[in-house]
Amino acid sequence: MRQIPVELITEKVKNMVMDAEYNLPEDFLNALKSSVEKEVSPIGKEILNTILENAEVASKEKMAYCQDTGYPVFFVEVGQDVQITGGSIREAINEGVRQATKEGYLRASLAYDPIFERKNTGDNTPALIYFDIVPGDKIKIKFAAKGGGSENQSKQVMLRPADGLEGVKKFVLKTIANAGPNACPPFTVGVGIGGTFDYSTVLAKKALFRPIGDRHPDPKIAKLEEELLELANKLGVGPLGFGGRITAVDVKIEVAPVHIASLPVAVNIQCHANRHSEIEI
Amino acid sequence: MGDVKRITTPLTDEVIESLKVGDRVLLSGYVYTARDAAHKRMLEEYEKTGKLPFDIKGQVIYYVGPTPPKPGQVIGSAGPTTAYRMDKYTPKLHQLGLKATIGKGWRGKEVKEALKKYKAVYFAAYGGTAALLSKHIKSAEIVAYEDLGTEAIRRLYFEDFPVIVANDIYGGDIFEEGQKKYREIEIEP
Repeated sequence: MRQIPVELITEKVKNMVMDAEYNLPEDFLNALKSSVEKEVSPIGKEILNTILENAEVASKEKMAYCQDTGYPVFFVEVGQDVQITGGSIREAINEGVRQATKEGYLRASLAYDPIFERKNTGDNTPALIYFDIVPGDKIKIKFAAKGGGSENQSKQVMLRPADGLEGVKKFVLKTIANAGPNACPPFTVGVGIGGTFDYSTVLAKKALFRPIGDRHPDPKIAKLEEELLELANKLGVGPLGFGGRITAVDVKIEVAPVHIASLPVAVNIQCHANRHSEIEI
Repeated sequence: MGDVKRITTPLTDEVIESLKVGDRVLLSGYVYTARDAAHKRMLEEYEKTGKLPFDIKGQVIYYVGPTPPKPGQVIGSAGPTTAYRMDKYTPKLHQLGLKATIGKGWRGKEVKEALKKYKAVYFAAYGGTAALLSKHIKSAEIVAYEDLGTEAIRRLYFEDFPVIVANDIYGGDIFEEGQKKYREIEIEP
C-alpha cells in the first residue's frame, strides 16, 4: 500500500484551484487565438481579443479571470493500492478549496440552502466531488471552477428512442442557441448521451475535461462532435452573443449504455472562463 | 457600431434619449452594485418601508459580485453577471427613477417595456473580462447589506468603464440584431 497523507492532498488541491482561477488552459487559449482569425464579425473579433487580453492580465497579476470563481467540481480517481493517512480525503479536498479561496482572493459563491436563507458558506465549500476507485497506487484529481451563468443555461431531456440522432442534434443546438449571450460564449459544449437521467449530466460535465480538438475514439461519435461544432457555429450567436461565427470552440460527447425505453441527453454549457486543472499524486 | 460617447452619472432623460442600441459608452462617476440577494432584500424592504437603501434617482446599477481585493487593490475582478435574473425587480426600480443597469445577456419583455415607459437603458459589459474591467473602478465602499458579502450593495467610482447600449428606449436589442446578421440556420423555438 502506498501511503498518501491528507496534508499533501490539501496542498496540491489549493495550488491547482488557484492555478485554474488565474490561468486558462493552454489548449483553450490556443483555440481562442485561432478563433480570432476565423471570426468574421468585427465586434466578435474585438471581443475575442479582449478576452485574450483579460486572460493575460489575470495570469500576469494572479487575479481571478472571472469574478464568478465558480462552483468547485472535482473528479477524483483513487488507486485501490493507496492508503490515505491522517484524515478524510473529502475533508482534505475541501480544506484545499478553503485555503485557495482565502489565499487566492476568490469569491465565495456558494449558498448553504437553495430556497430559504441562501446564506453564503463563505469559503466555497462544500465542493462537489465525484469519487471513483481505479487500479494502481496513484490519486488523479481533475478540477473545474464551474461558473453559474453557463451552468444556468445547461439542460437535460429524456428523449424517446424514436427521436434518435435528429432529436439529439436538435436539442443540443437549441440549448446552445438559447444559452446565447447569457452564458458568455465562445462555449465549450459537453454532451452526455445515454445512461440514466442523472448519469447523462455527469457524462456531459466529464466531457468538458477533454482537451480542445480531441475527438471521441468511436468514429461515429467523433463525426457527430465535428458536425455539431460546425452547426453551432452557424447559429450566429458569436462571441458573448453579439453576433458572429465563433459560438463554440468545441463540442465533446460522452456516451453510455442506456435502458431500451430511454434516450437521455444532457448539455453542459461551459463559458469562455473555461477553468480547469489536473494533477496526479 | 455607433460612436464612443463619454457620459457621467447621474444620468438625465436627455442623455437616455440620446443613447441608441450599439452605442459605445465610456461611463464615469458613481454607480451602485446589486445582484440577486440585494435586489430581493431591497424590494422587500421597499414594500415594508417605502424606502430604498440609496437614492436611486438618476442612478445606475451594475450587476456584479466582485472577488475580494488583494492588498493595494480597490476591488478584485469585477465583470457583469447575467441580467435576466434581476428582471423581476428591474421595472419597479426604473419606475422609482433608476436610469440604467449594466449586465450581460438578454433582458425580458417586461424590462424592455419599462425602459421605454420610464426612460432608461440597459448597458452590456463584456462578460468574463473581469480582471480588465476592474481597472476602470477607482473606489469601492459598502453602502448596505454588508452581511451579503460579495452581494452587498457597493458604491463604485467608474472611470471610463466600457459598455455598449444593449436595449434603448426605442425598442432595439443588440443581441437580436447582431445575431440575425450571422445566422445561417434557424432553430425552431
